[in-house]
Amino acid sequence: MDDVALETYGLTMRFGGVIAANRVDFRLRALELRCLIGPNGAGKSTFFRCITGLQRPTEGEVYMRGIETTGWMPHRIASLGVGIKTQTPNVMDSLSVHENIWLAARRFHDLREADRKTQEIIELLALGEIARDDLGRLAHGERQRVELGLVAAGDPWLILLDEPAAGLSAGDIERMTGTIRELNSRAALIIVEHDMQFIRSIAETVTVFHQGKVLMEDHVDRVMSDPVVRNVYLGKKA
Amino acid sequence: MPGSLTRDAITIALVTGVLVWVLPLIIGTYTLTVLVIYGMLALSLGLIWGFGGILCFGQAAFFGLGAYAYAISAINIGESTLPMFLAVLVPAAFAALLGAMMFYGRLGDVYLGVITLVVTLILFKTVNSTAGPQYAIGNARLGGFNGIPGFPTLNVPGLPDAYIWGDGYFYVCAALLGLVYMLVTALLRSSFGRVAVGIRENETRMSLMGYDVRARKTVMFAIGAAIAGLAGALFANWAEIVTPSLFSLGQSAEIIIWCIVGGLGTRLGPVLGAAGLAYLKFLLGQQALIDNALVTGLVLVLFVLFLPKGIVPALSGLWNFGFVRWRLPGHIHQRRRPRGRERTRNG
Ligand SMILES: Nc1ncnc2c1ncn2[C@@H]1O[C@H](COP(=O)(O)OP(=O)(O)O)[C@@H](O)[C@H]1O
Ligand SMILES: [Mg+2]
Repeated sequence: MDDVALETYGLTMRFGGVIAANRVDFRLRALELRCLIGPNGAGKSTFFRCITGLQRPTEGEVYMRGIETTGWMPHRIASLGVGIKTQTPNVMDSLSVHENIWLAARRFHDLREADRKTQEIIELLALGEIARDDLGRLAHGERQRVELGLVAAGDPWLILLDEPAAGLSAGDIERMTGTIRELNSRAALIIVEHDMQFIRSIAETVTVFHQGKVLMEDHVDRVMSDPVVRNVYLGKKA
Repeated sequence: MPGSLTRDAITIALVTGVLVWVLPLIIGTYTLTVLVIYGMLALSLGLIWGFGGILCFGQAAFFGLGAYAYAISAINIGESTLPMFLAVLVPAAFAALLGAMMFYGRLGDVYLGVITLVVTLILFKTVNSTAGPQYAIGNARLGGFNGIPGFPTLNVPGLPDAYIWGDGYFYVCAALLGLVYMLVTALLRSSFGRVAVGIRENETRMSLMGYDVRARKTVMFAIGAAIAGLAGALFANWAEIVTPSLFSLGQSAEIIIWCIVGGLGTRLGPVLGAAGLAYLKFLLGQQALIDNALVTGLVLVLFVLFLPKGIVPALSGLWNFGFVRWRLPGHIHQRRRPRGRERTRNG
């Protein structure tokens, strides 16, 4: 089953009367890069949180490399080798960039290897100049870059990113695109995004969410030119 | 923390040595002993709160448990060596159970505060109501609100008749505080300690990186309780009686105030805060003009208003500022490129 990184069957999440994710069947191959798009409130983040263990799905199952992980806590899922970035920034603000990345590296490496890995990530993401600065003092783009470093430090084979490009400048996005390509040589990725240009530049297959359901799943060009998808984004009735 | 652990250990040993030599020239060793014990108690909360992010309103519960575990087992065993170990182990085990319940139950910080507070109250009430002769553990009568007097005090290990008291007892307590301080330093330098600080900063992020936050907080909580328990046993030996007031909420509140005044997130702060405030209380206790609790409250309010980070962070900030200015006059102008959007430290 190693050729399948992630699968969900009938994944459903209800909040009272709201069905935020509705019987989602999803499948991601090893080393595949998939973008999730959809209008605000479509249920992308909910789907994301159910996979990562941040929320327990009401119904349905999640499998990672063939192992059922439904209802696991985030640390167990991460320990499998899954790198996760949530929609809102989640970093240790009063610690240095170096310490942040070291903490991520130490989980999967012994002391010596963790130091080496930290150095490697700092070089990979060109963070050398700000390595000793407290993360909280950095600009938004730099913090996003460090958070990507936290994700990469564990050498994951599955990477889940919720809106990594949100609020970034064009230059930052370009840099991030390069990093994501690099990570994709060793890991499958799911990227939740809004930025169409960014999606076009990295994605082949795109999954469109709408009202908690998968509306469409196809090549990025066909998705972008699809009238139903365009209508959903423009808020008209399909 | 820059520098090596060995250097830290040497510094701690030297500072402890000098203080143990100088302080008795100013303050009596009997008073000093209790200041040292309170310093250790404050360090226990300073560790789990300042570095582990666990605000416990019931640190006095572990202090009291340590004291009672010592007194009860010392009466039954007749000497002090094993009871000293029990005084560390019993509170640690109790905290491990309580902590596992709280952390595995995914309770929020507020509930954690409430539960530790309630547990302290329950212990206080329970012990307080054990006055009758039917309440006894082995040969030790619990004595209710009267407490337990007359247990064997500290002796040289293996020599039950060689009691350690007076100046000697002060040296033992000071050495133990130095040792605990060194262990805390080593812990904070270790991967476990660094991960604990990461958890204090952002639990979600740490669990998304694969750390089991619940297990680590439980262990941290138990370590804090072990230190508080040791302080409790030392206190029992100093006072030569244990009473339910050890478990009181007032005691718990005082520990929190020591930490705030001394400075959270430092090792030295809580120790200094405890020693300073306890000494102030001792001085005030010799007169009847001003109420003690009033002064403690006033000190707390003044600190929260004017020195919210506490003494030690304020002093080290001042020191760094002066040091940088004096040593590296050009340094300030050599800062790297300005940042686009500066964020505040605690943002
Ligand atoms: N914790 C929650 N409680 C109640 N409703 C929620 C919760 N989280 C998300 N929702 C609802 O679920 C729907 C999907 O939200 P979300 O997954 O955040 O969408 P997206 O990430 O696609 O913008 C929205 O209608 C939102 O209001
Ligand atoms: Mg979202």
